[in-house]
Amino acid sequence: MSNDALHGHPEVVTTHDAHHDEHHVHHHKETFITKYVFSQDHKMIAKQFLITGMVWAVLGGLMSVLFRLQLGYPDQAFPWLEDILGRWAKGGKISAENYYALVTMHGTVLVFFVLTGGLSGTFANFLIPLQIGARDMASPMMNMLSYWFFFGGSIVMVSSLFVQTGPFSGGWTAYPPLSALGDASPGSKVGMDLWITAMALFVVSSLLGGLNYVSTVLNMRTKGMSMTRMPLTMWALFFTAVLGILSFPVLLSGFILLLFDRHGGTSFYLSDIYIATTQQALPNEGGSAILFQHLFWFLGHPEVYIILLPAMGLSSEIISVNARKPIFGYMAMVGSMFAITILAFLVWAHHMFVTGLNPFLGSVFVLLTLLIAVPSAIKVFNWLTTIWKANIRFTPGMLFALGFVSLFISGGLTGIFLGNSTLDIHLHDTYFVIAHFHIVMGVSAFFGMFAGVYHWFPKMYGRFLNNTLAYIHFWVTLAGAYMIFWPMHYEGLAGMPRRYFDYSNWESFKQFAELNKFISTVAIIVFAVQLLFLFNFFYSIFKGRKVTTMNPWGATTLEWTTPIRPGHGNWVGEIPEVHRWAYDYSKDGRDFIPQTEPIGPNESHH
Amino acid sequence: MAQAVPANQKWWGGGKSPFNVEYGKLMMWYFLMSDAFTFGAFLISYGTVRFSSNGWPDPNEVFKSFPGMGHANMPLVFVSVMTFILIMSSVTMVLAVGAGHMNDRKSVLKWLAWTIVGGAAFLGCQAWEWAHLHAEGAWWGRNPFHNFDGTEASTNFTNFFFTITGFHGFHVLSGVVINIIMFIMTYRGVFDRRGHYLMIEKAGLYWHFVDLVWVFVFTCFYLF
Repeated sequence: MSNDALHGHPEVVTTHDAHHDEHHVHHHKETFITKYVFSQDHKMIAKQFLITGMVWAVLGGLMSVLFRLQLGYPDQAFPWLEDILGRWAKGGKISAENYYALVTMHGTVLVFFVLTGGLSGTFANFLIPLQIGARDMASPMMNMLSYWFFFGGSIVMVSSLFVQTGPFSGGWTAYPPLSALGDASPGSKVGMDLWITAMALFVVSSLLGGLNYVSTVLNMRTKGMSMTRMPLTMWALFFTAVLGILSFPVLLSGFILLLFDRHGGTSFYLSDIYIATTQQALPNEGGSAILFQHLFWFLGHPEVYIILLPAMGLSSEIISVNARKPIFGYMAMVGSMFAITILAFLVWAHHMFVTGLNPFLGSVFVLLTLLIAVPSAIKVFNWLTTIWKANIRFTPGMLFALGFVSLFISGGLTGIFLGNSTLDIHLHDTYFVIAHFHIVMGVSAFFGMFAGVYHWFPKMYGRFLNNTLAYIHFWVTLAGAYMIFWPMHYEGLAGMPRRYFDYSNWESFKQFAELNKFISTVAIIVFAVQLLFLFNFFYSIFKGRKVTTMNPWGATTLEWTTPIRPGHGNWVGEIPEVHRWAYDYSKDGRDFIPQTEPIGPNESHH
Repeated sequence: MAQAVPANQKWWGGGKSPFNVEYGKLMMWYFLMSDAFTFGAFLISYGTVRFSSNGWPDPNEVFKSFPGMGHANMPLVFVSVMTFILIMSSVTMVLAVGAGHMNDRKSVLKWLAWTIVGGAAFLGCQAWEWAHLHAEGAWWGRNPFHNFDGTEASTNFTNFFFTITGFHGFHVLSGVVINIIMFIMTYRGVFDRRGHYLMIEKAGLYWHFVDLVWVFVFTCFYLF
């Protein structure tokens, strides 16, 4: 090869190839430990992330059910709560302190441990090597470590639920001084230390994973798989990894400074503080609580796209496969994801419009924030034009992908309200914000994740999920999500603030008592339906309908050229070569043409 | 090295690395970008707090001591020595990487050893500086130094100084450990058996990055 001599590293190319070959040749003995626990197979690691994420989702969801009980039925006691929660719910009523702990942990768990670790961890690990044509990740060892750091972080975070003073309760954003001073609240004591430790482990996990995803996508594509022949899932997961690599370290810096404020006697975030509980004026001077908010949201906003981009990628792919049409505007899709990645770093201060930010600076951030509407709208129109006049197969995966588009539109539109700094004066810290971000990044990302699970379950376990249960799951979740969050827009517009324990004392918010009851009831039903999904998942692993063909969905991409139950190394024999992009559906009278098929002499241009 | 790339060479066409590097080096570059953001966040935080403060201590006053020179007024001399040592260790690292390209094990060992010595010397200097400042009453949460205008300063000068130089020192320490591991691996002939000294190159990237970061840390704390 001519490039061997180019940089004086002939070994570069050879080691790379040798690395590939040794994977499908070796038949080393696998024990239970190396196969299921400390596995270095990307497919098993993906399943570990998925199932850990599911455990977290149940915990996080259950927390929301518990605090919705308080919000929906503030005057009622539920004696069974004391049975399961003990001193958290003395007399069957969750105390205010524990209500805040539940809200905080619900946010932390779902944002980081489910929708970041669970979503990226699962699908980046599972799909990247399969869809670009690689035997495994660039570094299977680091990949394994990425999961175990995630697991370690999970354990530490869970352990904070069981300490005497309770888990952190100052909100998932962990703003100081609540997070910096142990005396500020019970949850700010050891619970907060465990919270920071868990998050630091999570950042390490995310870094190890992200480095792997990026270098695998860049370096290990099979022959013919140019960047623009990759399925959109790959682009999405690639940009997600880049976002994580560049934004999580800033959060880590913020946490290190926070740790010093907590234990080192520093005042990075602290100035002029009087603590009422201990009747003490603190000597700290010169710090700035706003500084933490800048550091936090420099991660916090890209984090939204770390959650959303994988869902976009998964949905794009699933919509195209099930519409039997090429994705509309492939390059526009890639370009808009790139634009979102860049803009993600430039809009963080829109979370801080009312913190005393200079209004002129605010207007710059308004402009940059509203700019995100452009690539977002391009993506939405491309999804819609992809299904335009298509012969749609309404598989459960497809339904969830379409549900994702619906939710992304509904939630995205309210983002335009909130991105405006003048409207934000009225809307900030109200239920309008809750409704907005739950629809646009919470539920919609969940829908992308469900779509992915339903679509790739046959590849993961060689069986299908049960369709009837899937349809029940979809319709109840979609209707439920709108019934929960739609009314919150009204509450928010009426000025109902978030993070209150009990609204029944306020004349202005009493009117929503019945609405809150309604929301809580629907939330419980939706939660129950997720348990149905879990049942379907675990039941189908063992008893689901077996997959009998290699390519059950008739998809073009490489993962469907592997055996039904691929081993470590994915392909038996050579890795296939790629000759075309991933979206040749309904072309030249054929239903689909796999990426591995060479371009025919009479083939039309796409 | 200067060989022309054939016109039909498709670098991004798959089947090979578009940058003609193996994955580990690519990962190292991305890691360094990530780490640059960590330090960037620290230094921007420092700038934010400093500019919102009414005053700040004078580095010429704070850093005027030199080991064994008593109370002689030698502003920034010691830190210049430290910086020189660290930059020289980058030079020896370049030589080690260069020797690695030639598969010259003996030279790699020699230059790596000098790099390790340089790194350790820098850490030693930093330890002395910290100990000296500590003896003067400076620490996290304690600042004995006055502002330029003689008014009493907040503790944030020392808070940031110890946190950021400490974080950098931690990076240097990791770098020294990595270099020691590289030295042992080279000594045992691991890279000769592999046929290439790519690991030295990756360790070198990290080492240069740590030096580069020091230039910024040095500028922020000692020069302004």
